[in-house]
Amino acid sequence: MPPEVARLMSDRRGSELPKHPRRRRSDVPFFLVSSGISALFVLLIVLLVAADVAFISPAEFAAAIAKPEIKAAFRLTLLSCTAASILSIWVATPLGYLMSRFRFPGRWIIDTIVDIPIVLPPLVLGLSLLILFHTSVGGFQLERWLTDSVGFPVTFHWPAVILAQFSVSCAFAVRTMRVTFDQIDPRAEDVARTLGCTRSQAFATVALPQAIPGMVAAFTIAWARALGEFGPILVFAGSTRMKTEVLSTSVFLELSIGELDAAVAVSLVMVAMAVAVLLALRVMGTGLNS
Amino acid sequence: MIEVQGLSIQAGEFALQDVSFQVATGQYAVLMGRTGRGKTTILEAICGLRGLVSGSVLIDEVNVTEWLPGDRQVGYVPQDAVLFPTMNVRQHLEFGLQLRKAGRKVCQQKSAAMAALLGIEHLLERSVRALSGGESQRVALGRALAFEPRVLLLDEPLSALDQETRLEMQGLLRQIKEQTGVTTLHVTHNQDEADALADRVLRLDDGVVTED
Repeated sequence: MPPEVARLMSDRRGSELPKHPRRRRSDVPFFLVSSGISALFVLLIVLLVAADVAFISPAEFAAAIAKPEIKAAFRLTLLSCTAASILSIWVATPLGYLMSRFRFPGRWIIDTIVDIPIVLPPLVLGLSLLILFHTSVGGFQLERWLTDSVGFPVTFHWPAVILAQFSVSCAFAVRTMRVTFDQIDPRAEDVARTLGCTRSQAFATVALPQAIPGMVAAFTIAWARALGEFGPILVFAGSTRMKTEVLSTSVFLELSIGELDAAVAVSLVMVAMAVAVLLALRVMGTGLNS
Repeated sequence: MIEVQGLSIQAGEFALQDVSFQVATGQYAVLMGRTGRGKTTILEAICGLRGLVSGSVLIDEVNVTEWLPGDRQVGYVPQDAVLFPTMNVRQHLEFGLQLRKAGRKVCQQKSAAMAALLGIEHLLERSVRALSGGESQRVALGRALAFEPRVLLLDEPLSALDQETRLEMQGLLRQIKEQTGVTTLHVTHNQDEADALADRVLRLDDGVVTED
């Protein structure tokens, strides 16, 4: 042992730490305070749903959801949310992969643009869609071209619902897919490439199978976002009964004509759908529940 | 044959300048050098996973410098195996063969032969998630060898293993060398491995490759 070290150690032996009184302490206050605060939030959510349920009698609920308008809205909601989510996955998977794997000039710009729908006020997004489809540039107007030449009117028709939902859902799906690919070791794809894969083969055979749980999560998140979409749909698709009405707009329409019972009934249907989506996520074990 | 001519690589702050060496057909060369001197970088350059500033890589007298990794016919075994988590052991052995459009029968024959050589027949239907370190390395070796590559590149294949498994794997590598005669470049910092396996020992120091 070098002499300096020996001296230090003997010094250490000489110095005495102050004697602390012996006592037993408790972690109970920590759990009381933290669980108390947590319980407040959980209670709020439970009470919200409970209030809805208590507000409406089973008979009123049955009557409200038996209305043909509500049935049509339910059907359109299911279809449009599913279509928007499928589109989102198709876009988010390659985009998330590119953002996760490659450093390229202007990457941060793409990153920021992709996030815009997440931070943009929903009404503004709807208004922007409306303006995009109806602004004439050199005599060309997107909506007119789609209606007259393609025979596929968008604004105030069902495709507008899907497009409005997709614009927001996709941004969330891209986030999810990017995190998914960030968590997958890129070296496995490198090894696959040495074994004879092109980049697309390595993506399809090695990266994609590992990303399936993430894709399920992205699909579910996109679906849930699409379900809650309201502002852009109202502005861009309108809320024509039996035509472009989805459940979120139903709640608004029923409220606006004073049909509080119907509004609450539809809300409960949406609560049930949202809970079903959450449960599906857990059952499929996508890691979001840990 | 592997020929590396005037290789210069820039990887962040790390750089290799003008590295040249060759490994003759059928030779088992061990490239030694301390950690962080660029041994892995050289292997990645031969695979095509890393861009070069200058220089060229020739495999069996064909200049593959501009080729995609998948076209070079190299068998690459990375340091920590890097298996594909969604595939079982058999799928690993057949991976390179299926990419080369080998028929089902050929795939079965070759993967069975490879499994026998590596002593992993009992693992064929197993997921790779639960394999031990030695088993993983065997699978990684089989995955790289099954499609009969022109050259085999091993990146510290034994460094993560315990002493006993390491000796076993050394024996296995010697057996592969005898049975397949594949041209091999084995990177390590372990002198024992070099002594046990090498036909030739190359040393990488300060960016220069010298021969023992």
